[in-house]
Amino acid sequence: MTTRKRKEDVAWHKSTQGRRTIGYLLTFALLVPLGIAFILPFIVMVSTALKPLKQVFAFPPTLIPETVQWQNFPDGWYGHGYVDFTTCTWNSLKITINNIIGNVVSCTLAAYAFARLKARGKNFFFALVLATMLLPNEALVVPQYVLFNRFGWLDTHLPLMVPPWFGWPFFIFLLRQFFLTIPEELVDAAKIDGAGHARILMQIFIPLSKPALATLAIFAFIGNWNNFFGPLLYLRTPNIQTLPVCLVQYQGAYGNTEWHLMMAVATIAVIPVLLIFIFGQRYFVEGIATTGVKG
Amino acid sequence: MLKRKSRPISASAKREERIFYLFILPWLIGLVVFSAGPVFGMLGLSFTDWRISLDDLQFIGLENYTKLFDDPIFWTSVGNTLYIVVGRVVFGVSFALLLAVLLNQKVPGIAFFRAVYYLPTVTAGVAVALVWIWIFNPRLGILNHTLKQIGIQGPPWIFSKTWVKPSLILMSMFSVGPIMIILLAGLQGVPKELYESAEIDGAGNWAKFRNVTLPMLSPVLFFVIIISVVSSFQNFTEIRVMTEGGPGESSNVLIWYLWENAFIFLQLGIAAAVAWIMFVILMALTGVQFWVGRRWVYYEADTG
Repeated sequence: MTTRKRKEDVAWHKSTQGRRTIGYLLTFALLVPLGIAFILPFIVMVSTALKPLKQVFAFPPTLIPETVQWQNFPDGWYGHGYVDFTTCTWNSLKITINNIIGNVVSCTLAAYAFARLKARGKNFFFALVLATMLLPNEALVVPQYVLFNRFGWLDTHLPLMVPPWFGWPFFIFLLRQFFLTIPEELVDAAKIDGAGHARILMQIFIPLSKPALATLAIFAFIGNWNNFFGPLLYLRTPNIQTLPVCLVQYQGAYGNTEWHLMMAVATIAVIPVLLIFIFGQRYFVEGIATTGVKG
Repeated sequence: MLKRKSRPISASAKREERIFYLFILPWLIGLVVFSAGPVFGMLGLSFTDWRISLDDLQFIGLENYTKLFDDPIFWTSVGNTLYIVVGRVVFGVSFALLLAVLLNQKVPGIAFFRAVYYLPTVTAGVAVALVWIWIFNPRLGILNHTLKQIGIQGPPWIFSKTWVKPSLILMSMFSVGPIMIILLAGLQGVPKELYESAEIDGAGNWAKFRNVTLPMLSPVLFFVIIISVVSSFQNFTEIRVMTEGGPGESSNVLIWYLWENAFIFLQLGIAAAVAWIMFVILMALTGVQFWVGRRWVYYEADTG
């Protein structure tokens, strides 16, 4: 009886193992081609950036350049007096860093309030946070443009750099979800020690929320670095432009002919985002998952 | 709530309330100045003959709206927007679900694939939109070249009136990263016991997916569909960099129509009306989803 049972067990085990191997193969048969598809745009970008112009327009198209022309990078970057990529990059960096700090500070405060403080009207205001999460910001551009015009902020970085200090609904929601997971007992113990809310936030919540804050910072970096709509609308003077706008100006001025140079500068523009993503991707993925699970 | 009101509030509760409002103050100011204020200000302005300056506003009632409704291009852009919304929800969300199911398999190296699949989302912007123009090139692009290898004569993609919208939907499927991750988290939250008891009942993989995974995942799917509808309205970068609403008006979506009216034709009153119509469409779509969602979204009784 027992031996027969064991034999059956072994057979069953073997068959599931066989099934598992087939499952593995099937999974990889899908995972790998999809993975290649997902990085294909980058391969096209980098390979075009490395080709001499003649090869870019050669038929049939190739992915691997026959001769590598590194010169495209400096040529694209400095080649045209019309677009100053170095200045654009500094502008993008300045705005991005300011906006990350602004978002982290304002959203941390609001998230703490929504997660841990009791007040009348709290539910109402939190509902407003959720409702504004679904508001497409681009649609607000007309009145905002008028507003910033009134403030005398057009053609300065202020329309891009001031609003981030006033919170961002998605980030408030994300941080609040994280703050809710911090054990109540820690807060109670700190209260008994006489700590006020500012100290509880600084000494308990912020140190414990490093992954969530990192997620927020990465999101803010990517969003601001890639932001195109705002700068396109508010900035006029060439030397205050940001990188995405510079790229489009380049496209307008030379893009139809000089694809190799344009792809070279596009590659450089993407590198910072790639680095941030590669080093922060663990936080990043967890951060998004947090917002979805309770959603 | 009522109970708390009728009771006198203690001093410490009062202080806590003050701190609450102090802490949310930056957000609240931002809400009033940068979003809620503009939304309602815009409603008023959509009833005015508003060109560039606010100083000589004239109230013209519903004229902006009637002008819009008489403009065939407006209806084209509503149609194009809905086309892209439906395409992105149907194809984008099912593709994201497929990716999430794949990434939920217990195979080695899965974290690497997860990162690779997410990559195009973080780089979505002007630089990558430029690359896509090249990918979509009918003759020299990698897409048609690959299709040719397997014997398919590829279409002219963004350079043709019929293919431009499918092209944009296809391209958007490369940046489904966030909804893929949210769905993946949802899949991982389905209790193992449910699968085990389904197995005992003799359920195969498909039956398990159909009868366990999908119902358990439905709240997350619902959330994801709402997000992807909203984000379908925000595709300005691709349109500006790749098509400028063309060829013809075939990729003229509402956000582009709004931009053209506001900042090219300088018809700000009309642009304000377009923005309001966008809000109404979005709210209607969300409302419909909540209404339909009641029938298909399964919430566990003890969730809360």
